[in-house]
Amino acid sequence: MPKYIVKRAFMAAVTAFLVATLTFFIMNMVPGGPFLAEKAVTPQAQAAMEAKFGLDKPLSEQYITYMEDLMHGDLGPSLKKRGRTVNQIIATKFPVSAKLGGIAILVAVFVGVPLGSVAAFNRGKFLDNLIIVGSTAGIAIPNFLSSTLLMYFLSTKLNLLPSMGLNNPVNYIMPVIALSLYPTAYIARLMRSSMLDVMGQDYMRTARAKGISTFKSIFKHALRNAILPVVTYLGPLLASLMTGSFIIEKIFTIPGLGSEFVGAITSRDYPMIMGTTIFLAVFIIIMNMIVDIAYAYIDPRIKLK
Amino acid sequence: MEKKNILSFQLNVDDFVPASSEEKQSLVVMRESVSFWKDGMRRFKKNKIAMVSLLVVLVVMIFAFIVPMFYPYGYEQQMKGSERLAPMEYSADEQARIDAGEDVFPHILGTDQNGRDYAVRVMVGARVSLTVGIVASLLILLIGSTYGAIAGYFGGMVDMVMMRIVDILYTVPDVLIIILLATTLKFPLEVLATYPGFSWIQKIGPNMVSMFLVFALLYWVGMARIVRGQIMVLKQNEYVTAAKALGANNGRIIKKHLLTNCIGTLIVTTTLQIPSSIFTESFLSFLGLGVQAPMPSLGSLASAALNGLQTYPEKLFAPAFMIFVIILSFNLLGDGLRDAFDPKLKN
Repeated sequence: MPKYIVKRAFMAAVTAFLVATLTFFIMNMVPGGPFLAEKAVTPQAQAAMEAKFGLDKPLSEQYITYMEDLMHGDLGPSLKKRGRTVNQIIATKFPVSAKLGGIAILVAVFVGVPLGSVAAFNRGKFLDNLIIVGSTAGIAIPNFLSSTLLMYFLSTKLNLLPSMGLNNPVNYIMPVIALSLYPTAYIARLMRSSMLDVMGQDYMRTARAKGISTFKSIFKHALRNAILPVVTYLGPLLASLMTGSFIIEKIFTIPGLGSEFVGAITSRDYPMIMGTTIFLAVFIIIMNMIVDIAYAYIDPRIKLK
Repeated sequence: MEKKNILSFQLNVDDFVPASSEEKQSLVVMRESVSFWKDGMRRFKKNKIAMVSLLVVLVVMIFAFIVPMFYPYGYEQQMKGSERLAPMEYSADEQARIDAGEDVFPHILGTDQNGRDYAVRVMVGARVSLTVGIVASLLILLIGSTYGAIAGYFGGMVDMVMMRIVDILYTVPDVLIIILLATTLKFPLEVLATYPGFSWIQKIGPNMVSMFLVFALLYWVGMARIVRGQIMVLKQNEYVTAAKALGANNGRIIKKHLLTNCIGTLIVTTTLQIPSSIFTESFLSFLGLGVQAPMPSLGSLASAALNGLQTYPEKLFAPAFMIFVIILSFNLLGDGLRDAFDPKLKN
């Protein structure tokens, strides 16, 4: 097990390095620059700015400097938010997105798994059809639509919930619903099909033949086996939800990492793009690693190599 | 019993008597053999939900591609004096014409702030979204299946390197690549469109072409992974060994034997790719990186409607409903196709 983790960590470092390199060169090859869009900037001022941040040096030199700083954990200064480093920005924005995303994932798992299981146990009956229709509809609504429609009905029309910010627990309700709608529906579908699969297995019949109560057979045998596909899906899901959704953050005016990232790309804040990209990549890699380890823990048949 | 001749094969002579016509009769195949397609179609036709969703897809396509051609209003036609009409409302001008006994086609969904008929804009928007979805999915199919087939067939080092590339592409945030590529490709494509032979780019719109390219470059990785997995199983089959023994080269084996044998998976994955491409397209249009100005797409219509949500909510509901119906019916159609054509789900 420790050997496996070391091996994975090494591969993760290599991947992160390649992602950083790729991003660095793609970003710099694209026409345009951080100081071009600003009005009232004289060529001299622009040159001075570029000299200050080292953007006038050859690309290879910039790359080496950046990588050296990266090794020390320094992601550099933000070009657009004067006087703030990328490390600081990520440190303040990430917790906001992570909290919102974390709640949404908990909702998705604790609603999706029971829904899928209930559908599987009632296969072909009314409840099953209802859940199938609901979950299929759930994956057909893009989150910008679900959030605007929620906003329209709950906030504008009925005036039940505040429409922006995250100051009170009540503020979390709409963004969490909008964020968790798709994953909940997806998990319910995954869970239903894997539960149906598991229920047809021989060991389920054996468990029943042994006289184990339905309750115990579901929780000890069926659920533990059927939840594996959901665990696989959780890796990328954790990464994408906890690092912030640009759309949701924009619509509900939430100061999270997702909108920061898109803002950085459009304004060509190079160190900010690099910093967030590397952060996201490392986050995705770590999440996938945790999921793989969790996999071996849930299913002892799987041996990590 | 006669003595056995040790040099004889000890065969029964009766076994070699020509078959009688009766015996021949019993060997005649009574029913035509069921081919892969027929078998799949038969199962598909039984699936009511899938048939209904196929019908819905066809109806949406008729509305998106054919109806706008006969529609009395154009999607970029601006009518002075009929700005911001409510559904089924007539402007003062049109009301006067109706009173004069003229036939005026109603604005079923009203008009937008520039006096353009909203119903035809939603239809054309659906056309744009469908085109992007379908063309992007076909490009993804082409790139993904080729890449995945090569990685899966050759295996070993080739597979290692090719799949690591896929992993890296998977890890780079797609929003970054989409925004950077969309802005980068815009200018070269506009230049390219001025050259003879490339005027079709102008006709479709450089934005749309760059969107196809972005999708094709970005989302083939999922398809490649699925195809690779299939090919790795299929290449163990005897018919591949037989083809090799007969001297077929690798390209032929991949094309003729391996890819044709995972056709079911390819169809299903492509069908399910269409809604997700439409999803991404509407997301991009929502960000303002989608198709160019007068041309509407469902995402850009929805995003434009956000500003006037308080007063004109129906401007959001129409494209939202359209997106929902398209994605839902393609998803259900894909599920139905999978149930019908996936050999693993046969029983």
